Amino acid sequence: MEIRLLADKCTICGACEAACPYDAVAMGADGPELSEECTVCGACVEACPTEAIYIAGEKASPQPEPRDAAGDVWVFAEQREGQLLDVVLELLGEGRRLASELGVSLACLLLGDSVDHLPQELIEFGADLVYVGSAPELKHYRDDLYAQVMEHAVRQHRPAILLIGGTANGRSLAPRVAARLETGLTADCTGFALDEDGNLLQTRPAFGGNLMATIRCPHHRPQMATVRPKVFPKPARQPGREGQVIALELPELVPWQRILEVVEEADTGPNLAEADIVVAGGRGLGSPENFRLVEELASVLGAAVGASRSVVDAGWVSYPHQVGQTGRTVAPKIYIACGISGAIQHIVGMQSSDVIVAINSDPDAPIFSIATYGIVGKAEEVIPALIREIKGSSSQ
Amino acid sequence: MHIVACIKQVPDPSQARIDRETGLVIREGVDKIINPYDLHALEEALRIKETKGGKVTVLSMGPASAEQVLRDAIAMGADQVILLSDRQFAGADTLATSYTLARAVARLEDVNLVICGKQAVDGDTAQVGPGMAAKLDIPHITQVRKLRELTEDKLVAEKLTDRGYEVVEVPLPAVITVVKELNEPRIPGLRGMMRAKKAEIPVWGPEDIEAEADRIGLKGSPTQVWRTFEPERHRKGEMLEGTPSEQAAALWQRLRSL
Ligand SMILES: Cc1cc2nc3c(=O)[nH]c(=O)nc-3n(C[C@H](O)[C@H](O)[C@H](O)COP(=O)(O)OP(=O)(O)OC[C@H]3O[C@@H](n4cnc5c(N)ncnc54)[C@H](O)[C@@H]3O)c2cc1C
Ligand SMILES: Cc1cc2nc3c(=O)[nH]c(=O)nc-3n(C[C@H](O)[C@H](O)[C@H](O)COP(=O)(O)OP(=O)(O)OC[C@H]3O[C@@H](n4cnc5c(N)ncnc54)[C@H](O)[C@@H]3O)c2cc1C
Repeated sequence: MEIRLLADKCTICGACEAACPYDAVAMGADGPELSEECTVCGACVEACPTEAIYIAGEKASPQPEPRDAAGDVWVFAEQREGQLLDVVLELLGEGRRLASELGVSLACLLLGDSVDHLPQELIEFGADLVYVGSAPELKHYRDDLYAQVMEHAVRQHRPAILLIGGTANGRSLAPRVAARLETGLTADCTGFALDEDGNLLQTRPAFGGNLMATIRCPHHRPQMATVRPKVFPKPARQPGREGQVIALELPELVPWQRILEVVEEADTGPNLAEADIVVAGGRGLGSPENFRLVEELASVLGAAVGASRSVVDAGWVSYPHQVGQTGRTVAPKIYIACGISGAIQHIVGMQSSDVIVAINSDPDAPIFSIATYGIVGKAEEVIPALIREIKGSSSQ
Repeated sequence: MHIVACIKQVPDPSQARIDRETGLVIREGVDKIINPYDLHALEEALRIKETKGGKVTVLSMGPASAEQVLRDAIAMGADQVILLSDRQFAGADTLATSYTLARAVARLEDVNLVICGKQAVDGDTAQVGPGMAAKLDIPHITQVRKLRELTEDKLVAEKLTDRGYEVVEVPLPAVITVVKELNEPRIPGLRGMMRAKKAEIPVWGPEDIEAEADRIGLKGSPTQVWRTFEPERHRKGEMLEGTPSEQAAALWQRLRSL
């Protein structure tokens, strides 16, 4: 594949140069010139107002044709202490849709020890098949053994698609397995579709969510993708739904790591990454005392507490609460930003929230450009009023 | 100890500004810097060398201009740097990047530990560290926030999980990816900057790492960026007016009906 130019259509307008995410386009006298930084991403093709730029040639396939185009759709059923994570159920909803469209089965890969109660739950949420790998060593997630079993299971059963929750564990496991299998892996997908050949079209944000990219993996199987929690809705449970449970033949397990300690840090309130509502505070609150208002609002709403980096650096709240590029990425149903200016590094960590509320004294604060509801006002006045309002309505 | 740090050149996120009209990032005139997480990777490598002795090698794959981040690495104290740059490397996805970096590590002698950043702020996948470990067939630990114990052949580290942290022990060599809590990167001194200015930056191509041609760059990348587009910004903000009490009431009315 390469980028080509129809010189007679080019008006040398420079749109391609401005659009290139890699600075790979330089405007010459006769039109754009590409440097070796070009990745054929197509941003310039999209940007060109006169359709003078196009992508030529299909990429030569380094591999034989897809080995098993009719393979199943798989979801990795991550469990913690014998409980399925919500993201697994969310993926089953999406996986069900893809499997039905492809006319294949939806299967789960479930690893653990004494997890006999889980396959039925997976089936009731949409799985047709559940492959269970059970062994005492697999009780808790660990990179080494889980990667070995997943690789083995994929080689044996050859799914066409493998979806993995973008948890800390999933994001460690998936790239290791993909590299072992020599296949493609798309990170943090937010949407899936199928092309006419049944290839998975995987859409994900890049450059901090300011560019969306649709990625294909046409010549390798399985097509692997990770998806963050809360991206897809949880499907309805169908009690009594029937499916098949298959014991997985395990490879020889070769442990190379030891987990010496597992520490759950005391979290006051819901887990930031999983909360439905996040109330976040920034420097505009003015003082650590006023930051307590944010915590109070969060507790009234049953929300998690988030923060901008400025207040984390100032020591008003600890680092695990930081939202943004160098903190957590969150995508709750409601995100309430109090006294946060909306610096790009903050926005990239919360812009996928369904509803964004901004409370800021400066009507020109950038946060308002992404807010669903905006309130120009002093946070120390608006938050207490909001708390009164909520308490008033719940006592009625 | 021989520690390898992998650093990627990325557009400076602190210079990114949002266009108020379109809500999109303005990328023009943005400098290129070391990926912020990779500064912590390099810092940790340097600290290990300072306490245990040994040497620090820094790898970066990228266009010729990525030479600059390697000069920055020398200024901070790296002993050896290598730029992996060649037309054939271009267009790599994370699999091809992992393979290429792993081949380069394999060419170095007696590497004990490879340190990567948690993720690159542009590609943003966090896949290269674990991918490289798989290619080298050695263990990895992601999201390391503290090294508790390090010897020639063993590492005990704290890794962040979704709920807290775990203490994990792996044999060396291994790959780790690090978060910024790990350390505070140093500011290069004058002497380092002088050394960096004068340094020759060796450039390696596919032959130097004995890479197979169909496993690098665009050719070695199973994923293809099929198209890119600007996200829809359907958020038409509604401003809630009035006194604080009125604003609060209006907001709560909207939120409770969600
Ligand atoms: C590499 C890098 C990584 C970064 N990573 C992150 C990150 O992960 N997360 C993050 O948040 N930041 C990050 N930052 C920092 C970021 O650039 C901003 O500096 C930071 O987000 C600003 O925090 P703030 O909005 O709380 O403060 P400010 O920008 O100071 O904004 C305060 C806001 O409060 C408003 N205000 C003032 N008084 C009141 C009042 N009484 N009531 C209501 N509003 C009021 C002001 O109008 C202003 O808009 C990063 C920066 C860099 C360079
Ligand atoms: C819009 C878009 C979307 C993309 N999506 C995907 C995708 O879903 N899947 C995919 O496989 N590829 C994807 N890519 C390609 C990917 O960005 C490149 O493969 C890139 O070389 C490495 O990925 P990363 O930037 O995500 O790095 P990460 O995996 O996030 O980087 C982790 C660490 O690895 C090290 N590292 C990474 N790259 C280098 C390097 N070049 N030199 C030295 N050290 C390095 C650094 O220590 C870094 O901190 C995408 C690219 C674009 C433009």
